[in-house]
Amino acid sequence: MAAMIKMSGVDKHFGDLHVLKNINLEVQSGQVVIVLGPSGSGKSTLCRTVNRLEPVDNGEIEVDGQLLPAEGKALAGLRADVGMVFQSFNLFAHKTIRENVTLGPIKVRKMSKADAEDRAMKLLERVGIADQADKYPAQLSGGQQQRAAIARALAMQPKVMMFDEPTSALDPEMVQEVLDVMTALAKDGMTMLVITHEMGFARRAANRVVFMSEGEIVEDATPDDFFTNPRSARAKDFLGKILTH
Amino acid sequence: MGVLVDQFPLFLNGFLGTVRICLFAAIGSLVFGTLIAAFRVSPLPPLRWLGSAWVTGFRNCPLAVVLFGFAFGLPEVGIGAPFEVFGIIGLTAYTSAFVCEAVRAGINSVATGQAEAARAVGLTFQQTLGNVVLPQALRSVVPPLGSVIIAMIKNSAIVGAFGVGGELFSVEGTLTAQGYPALVSLTGVALGYLVLTIPAGVLLGVVERRVAVKR
Repeated sequence: MAAMIKMSGVDKHFGDLHVLKNINLEVQSGQVVIVLGPSGSGKSTLCRTVNRLEPVDNGEIEVDGQLLPAEGKALAGLRADVGMVFQSFNLFAHKTIRENVTLGPIKVRKMSKADAEDRAMKLLERVGIADQADKYPAQLSGGQQQRAAIARALAMQPKVMMFDEPTSALDPEMVQEVLDVMTALAKDGMTMLVITHEMGFARRAANRVVFMSEGEIVEDATPDDFFTNPRSARAKDFLGKILTH
Repeated sequence: MGVLVDQFPLFLNGFLGTVRICLFAAIGSLVFGTLIAAFRVSPLPPLRWLGSAWVTGFRNCPLAVVLFGFAFGLPEVGIGAPFEVFGIIGLTAYTSAFVCEAVRAGINSVATGQAEAARAVGLTFQQTLGNVVLPQALRSVVPPLGSVIIAMIKNSAIVGAFGVGGELFSVEGTLTAQGYPALVSLTGVALGYLVLTIPAGVLLGVVERRVAVKR
């Protein structure tokens, strides 16, 4: 299987803080990889380096065999192939849900407005919020907004989807509706890199679990292996904290 | 007070002159100021430097100096034009610096996640700015831009004081030279400016409500 995301020897500092330390990670095409770790372990930064929202200091990142370009048109083209879902949704506040989903296809993929709207409605149908298409983001619940954000990312027909704590900003009763959409995506064979604390989802949908701590990848295992038999002390400590509450 | 009636055509002519100058300068400075603001947030350092230099220069020099600079400087480099055009160019350049800073404040008020989401979708810098950031920035920027434009309307009097003639403020000089009482002429001039500035303020209030973000 080909690597969809390949990070080799990636280093990143924020000032004196060494947030990513020699990261080597491959996400195979069709795989769902979950990134776990305590707050401040570098999970989000790792995710954000893949589409260069954060540039790295050292190392190489490839997406679908292509080295990440520097700023400019080529980078924009690569980002279009990498869907991203944020913790805080980040839907375009001045556009309706429909416009949120059609903007990328029209501006980046140069689709006609009619085709883009057609695709948008199918995707909104798929995530279960077609009836909200003409509303503005602030009029939707958090769960609906996050599903709209997933539809927006999918509208670009990305090769890989990245989720940066997609359910962390949601009220508890809305978490499931977002996880359901993600589970369905995983079943459809989408390549996914997911940062989440949802252990149930990790067990259900993940092929691999990557555990990070203090900027390093400490463990890389199957979900069963990781949850039942964590090898490192840091992973044991982390699991102890999140599984017993 | 009879002078206001007797000399109404002169006042009207001056008023229309001021409207003309302000219209061109307002459009010019809004467009140009927004462009300079885009320069200032651009990923390209040379554009950022150019933007900073423009703002630093025109925001910190007195308008009179800027007007003199254009009126004497442009003919030096072989650009000839009526004095009114120089006045409009000077007023535009000066005002654009303030427009730029107001727009930039608006850009900074848009949550960074908005631009990040746009970039993540694959939009280029220009597309991100034009489709996502600026439309949201301009909404919050209507009140400060209104103040800038009203200040510009009043500043246009300095263009008149330079002897452009044919604009509102210079009417006072013309009439005083003919022996009319200055205070009365000035009252007419003041009324003329209020006729411009007060509706401008009301109009901006309407625009502000129209573009307000739906929540």
